[in-house]
Amino acid sequence: MFQVRIHGRGGQGVVSASELLSVAAFEEGKYSQSFPSFGSERMGAPVQAFARVSDKPITTREPVMEPDMLIIQDPTLFLAVNVFEGANTDGYLLINSAKTPEELGIEDMTNQYPPNHVMTLPATELAMKYIKQPKPNTILLGAFAALTQIVHMPALEKAILDKFPKRIADPNITATKAGYNLIIQKLEQAQEA
Amino acid sequence: MLQQISGSIAVAEAVALCRPEVVPCYPITPQTHIVEHISTLVKSGQLKNCTYENVESEFASMSLCIGASAAGSRTYTATASQGLLFMMEAVYNASGLSLPIVMTLGNRAIGAPINIWNDHSDAMSVRDAGWIQLFVESNQQALDVHIQAFKLAEALSLPVMVNMDGFILTHAITRVDMPTQEQVDQFLPPFVPRQKLDTEAPLSIGAMVGPDAFTEVRYLAHHKQKEALSIIEQQAEEFQGIFGRDSGGLIKSYYAEDAEIVFVAMGSVIGTMQELVEELREEGHSVGILSIRSFRPFPANAIDKALANTRHAIIFEKSFAVGMGGVLASEIHMATVANDLKISSVIGGLGGRTITKKSLRKIIESAMQDELDTEVFLDLEGTTVVRELRRQQEEQNSGPVAENILRDMGVVSASKTH
Repeated sequence: MFQVRIHGRGGQGVVSASELLSVAAFEEGKYSQSFPSFGSERMGAPVQAFARVSDKPITTREPVMEPDMLIIQDPTLFLAVNVFEGANTDGYLLINSAKTPEELGIEDMTNQYPPNHVMTLPATELAMKYIKQPKPNTILLGAFAALTQIVHMPALEKAILDKFPKRIADPNITATKAGYNLIIQKLEQAQEA
Repeated sequence: MLQQISGSIAVAEAVALCRPEVVPCYPITPQTHIVEHISTLVKSGQLKNCTYENVESEFASMSLCIGASAAGSRTYTATASQGLLFMMEAVYNASGLSLPIVMTLGNRAIGAPINIWNDHSDAMSVRDAGWIQLFVESNQQALDVHIQAFKLAEALSLPVMVNMDGFILTHAITRVDMPTQEQVDQFLPPFVPRQKLDTEAPLSIGAMVGPDAFTEVRYLAHHKQKEALSIIEQQAEEFQGIFGRDSGGLIKSYYAEDAEIVFVAMGSVIGTMQELVEELREEGHSVGILSIRSFRPFPANAIDKALANTRHAIIFEKSFAVGMGGVLASEIHMATVANDLKISSVIGGLGGRTITKKSLRKIIESAMQDELDTEVFLDLEGTTVVRELRRQQEEQNSGPVAENILRDMGVVSASKTH
């Protein structure tokens, strides 16, 4: 079972991201579940959402306590919430930021991960470019697919098309591809170096 | 057809397949998505011959259900928490008048203190109201049991409440297998009311009953619930025959028959327990789970039988009777009184508190060491409780408890005014 926890703020599409991820996994024939941390779903408030993907039926209902993938949609949360709590440091970490982990001052945490399992990317800036809104969720989903191969682009595209009307889905699919390509590029650069 | 959708949408789609004729509702979290989706299905014409009515209150919602059902319509609504309390008088009337209404309860805590999250306080507030009360473990069961609920309600002419954990199930997106209209039609025949208000053949429903006959009418209500015990089992079997799934029934055992220590619980927590019990059994421990799927009628005999070889039953509940303790625990105690069974009552998940596998493991491990108390509040912050108790002892004007606790925990900077 692969467990994902997404941290962000209300309005950034955190809950939608976990939903899209679970639907994409479903499209690929896997079992999956997603649910939000319930309650304070208001603009700007810290929000978490969870997703699990497995080859077998998933019965547990507890929130994801030990995420194999941690997605941080908003780096200002480092000050408000212990986003790293329980993180499986053999897993992956995706952070929406133009800065490096060193510049963010979180290298003590990120150094515990294997090489190339931690990626930062300017997802909000890319979202502004592709969907004209500060919603980094689909950029990060593309990045997730590239980094983990837990779900793949065609399934993500289908999930986005199912959830949103075409005028919203299309730019989001472009955004997802941009996130995907950026990480593939980073991985290739790392391999060359 | 397999779909990846939320529990609320799954229930709404399943209810629509049951061809309801009247759906009154007053939207309240977390059932909102269910009735919202039904209203969309009615508006789009996908759900035909159905009147959807957004009413002015929960009291009006159940009152309209009563009127519609008495007039011979298949009737459905949903509610939760405070909303259920607001319709309470009508809830008793629906069962007292033997009207086969189906209602979803998206289980939530009851305030004060204000809390919108999941527990079973709302369900327990109507445990004596005469409704059949079924609990589901997953979203697949939620949709399956709604289909069974209509058939059960109409077979008995009694209202049925399907309890599904608010947020944990209603808002979770999981894989469900949505049946076809043909399958549902095969299982659920058209509604033939046992009693019907009809201007062509006038009759009255709801006579005043004095001391001379009240006992008999109430006894018959009890009798009918006891009859439901076998009908619930039969319908679950019939359902399995058509849909190929084990959903519903009175109880469900996960290794309970041959386990020394057994968790007994209702609702979605069973899923988390399943994962834990699989781990523990791999480690060689004799543990199991008994899921109570029908709470009313209470399947005392089936429970007694299922726990016949158990040494220690840990009754886990998401609510309790203040001043008494676990309601399910005391009912299980009564059901198994002839057995030499040790019972511990564990209260957890109140007001949406996360129930972790880790905390459940601690409970079961202390039971293995024979160190589990007869009453435990899961993950209770003892120091916070002691601090407030000391404050109350020291100061007569110690202030409101909820605000004091929140301040102690640093959750809010609730200020004391004096």
